[in-house]
Amino acid sequence: MYFLKRLVFTIPLILVISFLAFGLMHLAPGGPFDKERAPASPEIKRALEAKFHLNEPVWKQYLRYLGLLWDRTPEGNWHRVDGGLIAGDFGPSMRYRNHSVNDIIAQGLPASLTLGALSFCFALGFGLPLGFVTAVRKGNWQEYAGSFLALLVICVPALVIGPILVMVFAIKWRWFPVALWCSPWHAVLPTLTLGLYFVGRIARLMREGMLTILHAEFITSARAKGLSETAVLLKHGFRLAVLPVVSYSGPLLADLLTGSFVVENIFQIPGVGVFLVNSTLNRDYPMVVGLVVLYAALLLLLNLVVDFAYSLLDPRVKYE
Amino acid sequence: MKTSASALREKPGALRRFWNAEHGTGTAEWMPTGQRRFFLLPRSTPRIPGGLAFPFLAAALLLAGCVRSGPPADLVIINGAEPESLDPGLLTGQADGRVALELFEGLTRYDPTNAAPIPGLAESWEISPDGRVYTFHLRPHAVWSSGEPITARDFVYSWLRVLNPGTASEYAGVLFYLKNGEEYCSGNIRDASQVGVKAMDDHTLRVELKNPTPFFLDLCAYVTLRVVPRQAIEKYGDRWLMTRPVPCSGAYALVAWRVNDRIRLRKNPRYWDATHTRSEIVDLLPCASANTALNLYETGAADVVWDKNLVPGELLDILLKRPDFHSFSYLGTYFIRFNVTRKPFDDARVRKAFALVIDKKRIVEKITRGGEQIASGYTPRGIPGYDTPEGLGYEPETARKLLAEAGFPGGKGFPSFQYLCDTTSRLHEQIAVELQDMWQGELGVHLEIRKLEWKTYLRAQGDLDYDLCRSSWIGDYIDANTFLDMFMSNNGNNRTGWKNPRYDELIREANAQLDRIKRGNLLRQAETMLVREEAPIVPLYYYAGLMYYRDSEIRGIFPNLLDVHPIQAIYKMSPKSNAQRSTSEMPAARQGTGLSVHNRPPTTDR
Repeated sequence: MYFLKRLVFTIPLILVISFLAFGLMHLAPGGPFDKERAPASPEIKRALEAKFHLNEPVWKQYLRYLGLLWDRTPEGNWHRVDGGLIAGDFGPSMRYRNHSVNDIIAQGLPASLTLGALSFCFALGFGLPLGFVTAVRKGNWQEYAGSFLALLVICVPALVIGPILVMVFAIKWRWFPVALWCSPWHAVLPTLTLGLYFVGRIARLMREGMLTILHAEFITSARAKGLSETAVLLKHGFRLAVLPVVSYSGPLLADLLTGSFVVENIFQIPGVGVFLVNSTLNRDYPMVVGLVVLYAALLLLLNLVVDFAYSLLDPRVKYE
Repeated sequence: MKTSASALREKPGALRRFWNAEHGTGTAEWMPTGQRRFFLLPRSTPRIPGGLAFPFLAAALLLAGCVRSGPPADLVIINGAEPESLDPGLLTGQADGRVALELFEGLTRYDPTNAAPIPGLAESWEISPDGRVYTFHLRPHAVWSSGEPITARDFVYSWLRVLNPGTASEYAGVLFYLKNGEEYCSGNIRDASQVGVKAMDDHTLRVELKNPTPFFLDLCAYVTLRVVPRQAIEKYGDRWLMTRPVPCSGAYALVAWRVNDRIRLRKNPRYWDATHTRSEIVDLLPCASANTALNLYETGAADVVWDKNLVPGELLDILLKRPDFHSFSYLGTYFIRFNVTRKPFDDARVRKAFALVIDKKRIVEKITRGGEQIASGYTPRGIPGYDTPEGLGYEPETARKLLAEAGFPGGKGFPSFQYLCDTTSRLHEQIAVELQDMWQGELGVHLEIRKLEWKTYLRAQGDLDYDLCRSSWIGDYIDANTFLDMFMSNNGNNRTGWKNPRYDELIREANAQLDRIKRGNLLRQAETMLVREEAPIVPLYYYAGLMYYRDSEIRGIFPNLLDVHPIQAIYKMSPKSNAQRSTSEMPAARQGTGLSVHNRPPTTDR
């Protein structure tokens, strides 16, 4: 019930977000059809703006975007203007004139999702053990090495890691392709580049969580019961220590799934991350709002999933 | 628990235990020794929480999903930015045009060697003595890739579609040379039959022009004038290029277009000149990063990179020395606009003074470094039948005199002003700093550099919200008019506020002129006003094109002023012929084939 309520509540939230995105984009100077070369005549520019309804007041454009605009037909009947967000239609792209925003998302999202999911798996798969080990091996060389590694990958941005990985593994040793997106091999370097930072973040969160847990009374009592150290740490400790990671995972996953501008650029990956940035620069209004709405929806949804996971992992948490 | 320092010295490992005990982690003394052993990773793998095994399983599954099928391409070209459109009537970008030119043919097409117009779908034509009426005879057997015949009516449809105000084609201007073309486009004439393009029969097209337009055959090869499939467009509207198969009229057909991934072309076997199509499957990759483009090329994932922006600027000096980097001059000029509606730049003496202290050589040698030639005139050199006039050179003495005459001796009293540039490339700012140095040093004037993001910059330029502004222009066809008509008083690309009736008159007169020499002289007079007498602009340098590909592997690319390279002519040498090639001396082998002699352009300007 609680989650159903939250799910319903996301809808007005998305509306507010789309309104803000829409309004802010229209406030930015310049428009999608301001180009180095002017259209052949002022009439053409007007025709272009009329075609994309840019000549209407912004509130009307917004309602049209939502699909909540009623228009009068020549016969005098009111009818709803077709399409719009409520019909799942993000509208036409103003820059890519043969594509709709739906086309571009449909083409770009699978690549971004794949890369994002791979990086997420990589980040969890390496971050969790790393954090775990640095916590339980506190004071040992494993801790120092692990913590140093985690800090290193946090500090060095993808912009630097990417080219270094390419230089070493793709150009020097030729193990992997330098760029593009056409086989599993092509996914390795981008996954590492995108995921390494999060390996570090997750390792640190996991470590913090584990260190706190190790002081907890229930761990002492577990040990007192005579449980094996592995059972104590993995069965009782891990479950609670992983909570900070879980709450971080929601936004992280949303972030990863919607693509990364830098990594997509370095490896020429056909994802949506590039569009999220470029469409803003191009003033491609429907594309910006479409991607923002997509990101927002994903973020809200995953946060919901995180809260749900919390209730499963932590017996103290109950939602009413 | 021993915690004293002496205890730490007693046996190895004590320090660790001391640390662990103090910090409450790890083993405690009361634990059985057997379980005090720690592990790097959990020993008992089955007990790994499901959450840890799951990621790897998921990863394996996801990876299986990103494998792509399809044969490898015969030729892979990195084409630059992702095309905004492949619709000849709507597209505006160079990368877009290069693809669309392969898919759709015009009455004429480009000669790969020099970009001159040669017969395309029109096999012959007659021009009336007054130069105003062209009668094109279409190839009777030319068909769409779908098998339907290509008729004169298809051309009428395609051209009227561009002019139709509802299409909102930004490049409709290239058809304003038709009789009533502009009037129809602006809605002053509603009747399409009054526009000067008519199908006399299936294979005869009659075109009537406003003026004798000596570059009209060049225009016929231009992408906006190419023939597009009526049925597909009427059926699918704006999304017609997203359907398969797209009926094509050019040498290639569109197999796949995946945004930001690749465009795959396959030889169109029904193209009238298909016997001369050299490569069967061609992939065109979009690429946003110069480093990535270079990496793809160096590892053999791409054969040709033909976008100047895809050469890493930091490596320019090294790369330009390599034989596979081809620099050539093309129809583009980098220049500065003055806003002549603002004081003190409304005074031609001030503008000229500013122009006269620019050491253009310093800019091309220190900053651009890509083989660019300094520009004195605005129209790049090399246009047949046109001699670009000399603009203002480097004469600081004269400049100071002019500035003094204008009332600012030694820059005294000169208001501070701004130089507008955009942030698309670091180059623009570097040039701005260089200019700032020249103007402050030589004229004693003070300026501020105003950097704006691209669209904001364009808006500021269009609204005349600037003092001085960095600008550039690329020609559409090989004729001076493509550079000069934009500074006519009411042209949307003028953007300087400079209006001169005599200039307008000269351009108009030139374009009504049948005699090529007289026309050239009129245009030359107009350009002299632009770069010498009135100076609303200062040209800095002519662009140099830059491509990279290996001469030993790739044939059929030629440098030309328009930087167009029909893919039909391009092919990769088979490994076998390559092997033969490498056994003989390279220079000798080059001389051997007629084509490749042109492949190495002289780096000096023509």
